[in-house]
Amino acid sequence: MPKYMLMFVGSDDWYDKQSKEELDKAYQPIMKWWDDLSKTGVIKGGEELGMQRKATSVKRVNGAMKVIDGPFIESKETVGGFALIEVEDLDKAIAIAKSWPGGDVEVRPIVDHGA
Amino acid sequence: MAAVFHEEAGRLTAALVKRLGDFDLAEECVQDALVAALEHWPRTGIPDNPGAWLMTTAHRKGIDRLRRETRYREKVAQLEEAPMTEAGSMPDERLELIFTCCHPALAREAQLALTLRSVAGLTTAEIARAFLQTEATVAQRLVRAKRKIVDAKIPFRVPEGHELPDRVGEVLAVLYLMFNEGYLATGSRGAMDRDLAAEAEWLTSLLARLMPDEPEVLGLLALMRFNLARADARFDAEGDLVLLRDQDRAKWDRPAIDETFLLVGRYLRMRNPGPYQLQALIAGAHADAKSWETTRWPDILRSYDALLALHDTPVVRLNRAIALWHVEGPEAALAEVDSLSRELNAYHLFHATRGELLRALGRTADARAADARALELTENPAERALLEKRLARRSR
Repeated sequence: MPKYMLMFVGSDDWYDKQSKEELDKAYQPIMKWWDDLSKTGVIKGGEELGMQRKATSVKRVNGAMKVIDGPFIESKETVGGFALIEVEDLDKAIAIAKSWPGGDVEVRPIVDHGA
Repeated sequence: MAAVFHEEAGRLTAALVKRLGDFDLAEECVQDALVAALEHWPRTGIPDNPGAWLMTTAHRKGIDRLRRETRYREKVAQLEEAPMTEAGSMPDERLELIFTCCHPALAREAQLALTLRSVAGLTTAEIARAFLQTEATVAQRLVRAKRKIVDAKIPFRVPEGHELPDRVGEVLAVLYLMFNEGYLATGSRGAMDRDLAAEAEWLTSLLARLMPDEPEVLGLLALMRFNLARADARFDAEGDLVLLRDQDRAKWDRPAIDETFLLVGRYLRMRNPGPYQLQALIAGAHADAKSWETTRWPDILRSYDALLALHDTPVVRLNRAIALWHVEGPEAALAEVDSLSRELNAYHLFHATRGELLRALGRTADARAADARALELTENPAERALLEKRLARRSR
């Protein structure tokens, strides 16, 4: 069965503006969504990512690897987390993405090097 | 023979895509079969069951091609396992094909090109000519779309249940855009473009045959047919655009209009209104009128009100304002149009409509300014010519 990566949009801005209670409330449906889909075997793995401002990039500059503070591309919207899912086809993957209780989702097929 | 090809090319492509899961290979086999038919049929005559003949040939050519080319080796088994040669038992899988080509995960331009290529059987060169693009651009767009279908696993099937309405809407949006691309450009680009509108009408009538219970499909088909029935009156002898109000109604295709009303009756009985059905009702009210003045404007206004209730957009409000003009007068219509200035300031028809209303109210200088603004905003040659004529007339 094909695999897809669901990439969830997150933003440091949004995170900063939430109170502790608001965050707890926002996470409840997300946790339930994650648990349900893990139990049915759709989600094969995934994590939430730390904030963009905590990113460190290692870039190749003139052949040497250089450590730089920050992400590759600074932007308001970044990947805030990801889930690896296994479903029949893109329509099923889109249906799962639509059921995500958070914000925007990018669906990317995983390249199958075995094929 | 052209009619047979039109009908069978999409059928063959659909059947082969289904079995092979490979658009390129399917299209190559179909092409081979059509070439073989072009060679044989003029000598032997068109066979009794041309579809079965083509299917058998495509199947045989497919196996030949697969054996020759190592890239397709594992697919030989798929074709040999699933023969499609029993005459008379050919499933029509074009509906699956249409939904795959118009999948929302594909860009609009790719949906258009792919539908024309795979379902209607147009060549890449024909598609490129219709959209005034280079063949290389269209070819690349097709390659990318087909690759995405395979790599992202866009399924070859008709969507089910709650997914269906949205996906039908997506298909209809593709077909309507295709139609307008051909219909609105007529006259400015030459005879070629009529074909794009005709292709869209053909595809929509195919969809209506495959999904006879979808009222919006019938609605779009009726909308297209009302428009096509007036096509001959839309341009004057010089090739300039003639507005509906000024058209020679004797040039309208009366039998086609009458027949389209049967279609309207069919969807009205389904009692499930939608935007295309309502737009077709409006087009029908125009097609039915003896003159601009005796048009059933209150009916048209009612249809616009229903359309707004489903789909409140500034452009619908702008079009509704024309009906409002004829029911309640130019002042009421102008007030409505002016309320849209923020949203539609960059839309040429907003200014053109304002120009007409201002002229009806005797505000000539304001009308000229509005027409000039409209002219600045449109690149469509037919519409430019019309506005230039209007401006020139009043400067004399």
